[in-house]
Amino acid sequence: MREDRSPILELQGITKSFGGVEALRGVDFALSPGEIHGLVGENGAGKSTLMKIIAGVHTEFSGRFLIDGQETHFRSARDAHAAGIAMVHQELSVAPDLTVAENVFLGNQPTNALGLVQWRRMAREAGEQLARFGIDVDPMSRLGDLPIGLQQLIEIARVLFSGARIVILDEPTSALSPPEVERLFATLRRLREQGTAIVFISHFIEDILRVSDTVTVFRNGRKVAETASAATSKGALIEAMIGRGGEALEHSYSDDLMLPRPADGSVILKVDQLSLARSLKDVSFEARAGEVLGIYGFMGCGQQELSRILFGKLKPDGGTLAVEGRARTFASTAAARRAGVALVPESRRAMLFHQEPVYKNISISILDRISSLLLKPTQERDIAQRQVEQLQIRPPVVGLDLGMLSGGNQQKVALAKWLTYPPKLLVLCEPTRGMDVGAKNDVINIIRDLRAKGLAIIVLSTEPETVLSLADRILVLKRGAVVREFKNEPVSKDRLLEAA
Amino acid sequence: MSSETALAAGQRARGLAPFLRSQMRNIAPFLTLIFLSGFFALASPSFATLDNLGNILTQVSVTGIIAVGLTFVILCAEIDLSVASIANVTGIAVAYFTLQESYVNIPNIPLPGAAAFLLAILLCAALGLVNALGLTVIGIPSFIMTLAMMQIAAGISALLVRGQIAYKVPDMITTLGSGSIGGIPWIVIVAAIMLLGGHLVLTYTRFGRYVYMVGGNREAAEYSGLNVKLILGSVMVISAVCSGIGGMLGVAHFGSAQQNEFDTYLLDSIAAVVVGGTSLFGGRGGIGNTIVGLFVLGVLNNGLDHVNIDSFLKILIRGLILLAALIINVYAQRLREKAAE
Repeated sequence: MREDRSPILELQGITKSFGGVEALRGVDFALSPGEIHGLVGENGAGKSTLMKIIAGVHTEFSGRFLIDGQETHFRSARDAHAAGIAMVHQELSVAPDLTVAENVFLGNQPTNALGLVQWRRMAREAGEQLARFGIDVDPMSRLGDLPIGLQQLIEIARVLFSGARIVILDEPTSALSPPEVERLFATLRRLREQGTAIVFISHFIEDILRVSDTVTVFRNGRKVAETASAATSKGALIEAMIGRGGEALEHSYSDDLMLPRPADGSVILKVDQLSLARSLKDVSFEARAGEVLGIYGFMGCGQQELSRILFGKLKPDGGTLAVEGRARTFASTAAARRAGVALVPESRRAMLFHQEPVYKNISISILDRISSLLLKPTQERDIAQRQVEQLQIRPPVVGLDLGMLSGGNQQKVALAKWLTYPPKLLVLCEPTRGMDVGAKNDVINIIRDLRAKGLAIIVLSTEPETVLSLADRILVLKRGAVVREFKNEPVSKDRLLEAA
Repeated sequence: MSSETALAAGQRARGLAPFLRSQMRNIAPFLTLIFLSGFFALASPSFATLDNLGNILTQVSVTGIIAVGLTFVILCAEIDLSVASIANVTGIAVAYFTLQESYVNIPNIPLPGAAAFLLAILLCAALGLVNALGLTVIGIPSFIMTLAMMQIAAGISALLVRGQIAYKVPDMITTLGSGSIGGIPWIVIVAAIMLLGGHLVLTYTRFGRYVYMVGGNREAAEYSGLNVKLILGSVMVISAVCSGIGGMLGVAHFGSAQQNEFDTYLLDSIAAVVVGGTSLFGGRGGIGNTIVGLFVLGVLNNGLDHVNIDSFLKILIRGLILLAALIINVYAQRLREKAAE
């Protein structure tokens, strides 16, 4: 697009290793002002490592690092920030207990001559900034009270409007609804016109192709392709990412997909007129054995709350819930587990113990089945080893601390917790979010196996692909109410989006 | 995938230094203990003797018994500030239900020894249960809840003794608190058994695993279908009962039951747990750490008596050592997190 401009950032021969393992091997990377540069690659391919080097998070590496043609070496993220580089990390890094306005101005609140914070000015300016981004919230509300998608948008807005010359977005769209993605892209394009250089990392290859000028593909710590976005296709990129024929791996679901006739398994879960404050309104549905029920809706449509109610984490204000015909009001998650309900929440952090070994993570939910008083570590390890092999968790070492595993493998561990003694009802929130194509397919196959074993499975997702790739029947949730049911009929991404 | 297997290989090949860094929590208190012991042994000929070892063991016994329960609480990332008050009130209660000499002017209710013991245990368990309910059902942070309990227990103590001093406790408790067998004080044996019991529960039982998991990541424990409130409530009751036992034996050991008798044990027992390296953020540490912490405190307190030092300075030195241990505790956490990256 703007090849005439000299690069604002240039990396040459970057090599970075962690404890003897090379995460990046001789990578060259250049970024020009007014360029949106997409990065794709499987988990662990080196994208995030490279970006963390640029953002001054990783300071030990070999290779040349030039900004505006000057060789530079950042000693900290603060140095990178001073050089005009800002990054939005994959994991939210907001202060949930502060107000929206404080988050927007984090670190540089406007103050008066006495050094006191000018609250009114801060609230006004924060409101204006967010409004430009199409976010309409009270700047004085507590950030943690807002839906996750909105929190993420606010964090992105903060970074985009911080005046940085180079903005790095790591997986920014995964928690956003389509209209929010549109607003984000519009803002990115506007910033590009102003000369900001933007790096955009995403698993959503369509998103990358739509918004970026250039796209770079990483595989195993190496840059394997760099091409103009207009000159490539999703299939070609996937092939470059995984290094094997990629066409069959990901279905784009732009064409109609025929849902099967509804399963005639026994009713495992019956939910009637469930409601919760502002989140859910008279939600009623059934989930049957041997069926995957997909629940699709945009971020904040009430999915999260619904899943928490099913697992006894939240108490509904009204309505009833019956498991295998027995009415239940769960006093705790433990009660839900004993009734045969299992939940894998959307955030891995929320259900895994990073400082504990893999086998303890897997056995924690079934300890009361294998031991009454004393622990049986050998049996725990055996069970974990079987799960690790069955789910192809890598590396297959059950004694390794969970934190050492990649995100996709952690997600498999989260699933593995529930599989030794399968529950009657398995509730999965965003089961494949943030995963590379290979891991995604593994998880899809695991879920299909479970369905074949007669579990009732509910998959809640804000990604149409996830629901379409898994569900036999689909409910669309909109502002806390079920607005459409797809069953025994053709469905596609377009139809889902239209209903939501 | 190949990068991941390589990663695992790299992890196994990690050198000694990262391993030591991740074990900093366990190594640092041990080094502190060796250093202090060495220092006092050189500074005073009367320190490194078998007799004095016996003294140290006896001196840390009551703290040790209280610290067993507190270890459970701190492993869950909670705190119990009422341990010393509950020890005090339990010690007073067991004396209250025992026949006192005629010159003791307390309107008490003499009962048989077993009944007195049972009532005292019920009392401390009940106070622990109040802590547990406040924490889990009402949702009061343990710091505040147990601060209130500290006052409540002290208040019950005051009402029971009304400024007087009681001396007699049931015979069995007198024996356990101040008697000895084969030259070994019973109180040391009780402390050792309770520490061992605590260690076995934490290491080898399902409940012990739950304690570590709740402390490691409470949200994840809940999403794994654990009854987090039940576990938190249990550790509060365990802590109160351990404190109560420590209080009863302490009263027998000191030979009197009175108000404010155990005040120093709050700081000492928290210090023993934390100095030993159990993480204040929960999930890391254990009774082994607490034992090392007890010895560090015991050696420090005892050793300072053996060297010629201003007794007022002793307090300051204790404070500084505690500070150093807290700094190490926080750094050990950080180093471990780094090693895990």
